[in-house]
Amino acid sequence: MRASTLLLAALIAGSATATYRAISPKTNWTDEEARLVLSLGLSKLPPLPADPSNAVADDPRAAELGKALFFDTRFSANGKVACGTCHLPDRQFQDDLARAKGVGVTARRTMPIAGTAYSPWLFWDGRKDSQWAQALGPLESAVEHGTDRAFIAHLIETHYADQYAALFGPLPSLADVPNHASPTGLGPVLDDWMALDDTRRDAVNRVFANVGKAIAAFERTITPRPSRFDAYVDALAAGKDTVGLLSLQEEEGLRIFVGKGECTKCHNGPLLTDNFFHNTGVAAVPGLPEDQGRSLGTDQVLADPFNCLGPYSDADPGDCAELKYLAKAGHEMTRAYKPPSLRGVAGRPPYMHAGQIATLGDVLVHYNTAPAAPDGHSELEPLNLTSTELASLEAFLVSLDPISTEAQP
Amino acid sequence: MSNPITRRRLLWSVPVILIAVAGVGVAKMMQPPPADLDLSLAKPTDQGLYTAAVEPGLSPIAVGTMHGWVVSITTPDGTPVETAEITVDGGMPQHGHGLPTEPEVSANLGGGRYQIEGMKFNMPGWWVVNLAVDGPAGPDTVTFNIVL
Repeated sequence: MRASTLLLAALIAGSATATYRAISPKTNWTDEEARLVLSLGLSKLPPLPADPSNAVADDPRAAELGKALFFDTRFSANGKVACGTCHLPDRQFQDDLARAKGVGVTARRTMPIAGTAYSPWLFWDGRKDSQWAQALGPLESAVEHGTDRAFIAHLIETHYADQYAALFGPLPSLADVPNHASPTGLGPVLDDWMALDDTRRDAVNRVFANVGKAIAAFERTITPRPSRFDAYVDALAAGKDTVGLLSLQEEEGLRIFVGKGECTKCHNGPLLTDNFFHNTGVAAVPGLPEDQGRSLGTDQVLADPFNCLGPYSDADPGDCAELKYLAKAGHEMTRAYKPPSLRGVAGRPPYMHAGQIATLGDVLVHYNTAPAAPDGHSELEPLNLTSTELASLEAFLVSLDPISTEAQP
Repeated sequence: MSNPITRRRLLWSVPVILIAVAGVGVAKMMQPPPADLDLSLAKPTDQGLYTAAVEPGLSPIAVGTMHGWVVSITTPDGTPVETAEITVDGGMPQHGHGLPTEPEVSANLGGGRYQIEGMKFNMPGWWVVNLAVDGPAGPDTVTFNIVL
């Protein structure tokens, strides 16, 4: 009898709390919480930033050519791999695999594309500083497309000469350029590159860079889609009723996200990423070569001939502030990786830079327990959230899924 | 030659210090910014050799947006210091990390004013910006607090 009285009292108290929350959503948030919640809404996303390093970034003809190149499997060693092989349009431009499969298997997880035009750094380790420079990497990776820049230039000449010329001017003569040649190649591919004179190397590099610029023009059109969370934020911003836009559990998860979960330390702004690099103690994958993350990526982006300050960039040096003022790699950047946007995150397991964690729930357990980093120093501290709190946080993350699942563009 | 007891004590002190430092680190993580944080954007340098004032080029400063600051250096009596060398660093004291960029003075604007480029803060919370100023009166330092 005593137990049932207690249970009844608990039920009444619980439902009273639930009713209070349901009828007074606008009074739920402290000023600081509300400020952070509003900062995460998609309506706060600024217009697409210009890419001064890519003169055709906003040319629809370049986007059209780039889209064709993105899905063209001829740009691979085995004729079966295109950008779209791993960046699947109906799967948020990723592939659901722990590690990408091109002509071989890579050491990292395929990243989604939406919103990457906003990021100063591309790839998990930021070894590229523009979408167009990024697009060139996989083309010459031995385990992704497995091709080389001379092969790509010849393909453009054979299949896309007119579209190319309309955007970039006539193709240079490739008559004396061997079928395969690249400074990043091995054996005869490298030898053949070394045998080319500077004029021919420059001509091939320029065609190669322009392929990246066309692909980037297409990728710029891939933008994040509104979620139920955004509808909630818009209502909150307008002082309207938010009841029913998020469940009470999702709302509670949002409170933890901007509060004691400390998620907005790295997942901030409308894209829910700071586009910087963090060591969060993610385990190394057994059997893979040592992965130093951003500390190697820093050196690579500075040395990249296709960076913002390089000869194939259309930018004035003054437009390259991110590269110019880049923080040189210190201890903090060892095994530091870029947080991807959390928009749509629930729909794309597995997680982390090599798909080390299978489920979103286990990712939250990782952040809650803060294991030591295999190398460098993890920025995490244990959060001591309860399982109920973790479940709420996970529910909130699901509310970041796009409302429309239609493939774009 | 070395005393084995002293060496053992020294060895023991390593984990003790590590644990103590880790403990302080955890305690710091949990803290909100100090309530009495000096948020003024103009103040004397630490040794009183100069007065430094900063004008962030963004108001309010947005998380994640690269921008510039103008720094003005004067002597304590208000005379502009035209030939200061200024270096910039900073970070988040409660998180133990630095700035995501390496800002630099890009121009001497004259009149004791200096343009700093490359300022960026990638997280909400308490940041410090440290200026090292070397001028005719000698080197000095000053720290500004920013809360985003």
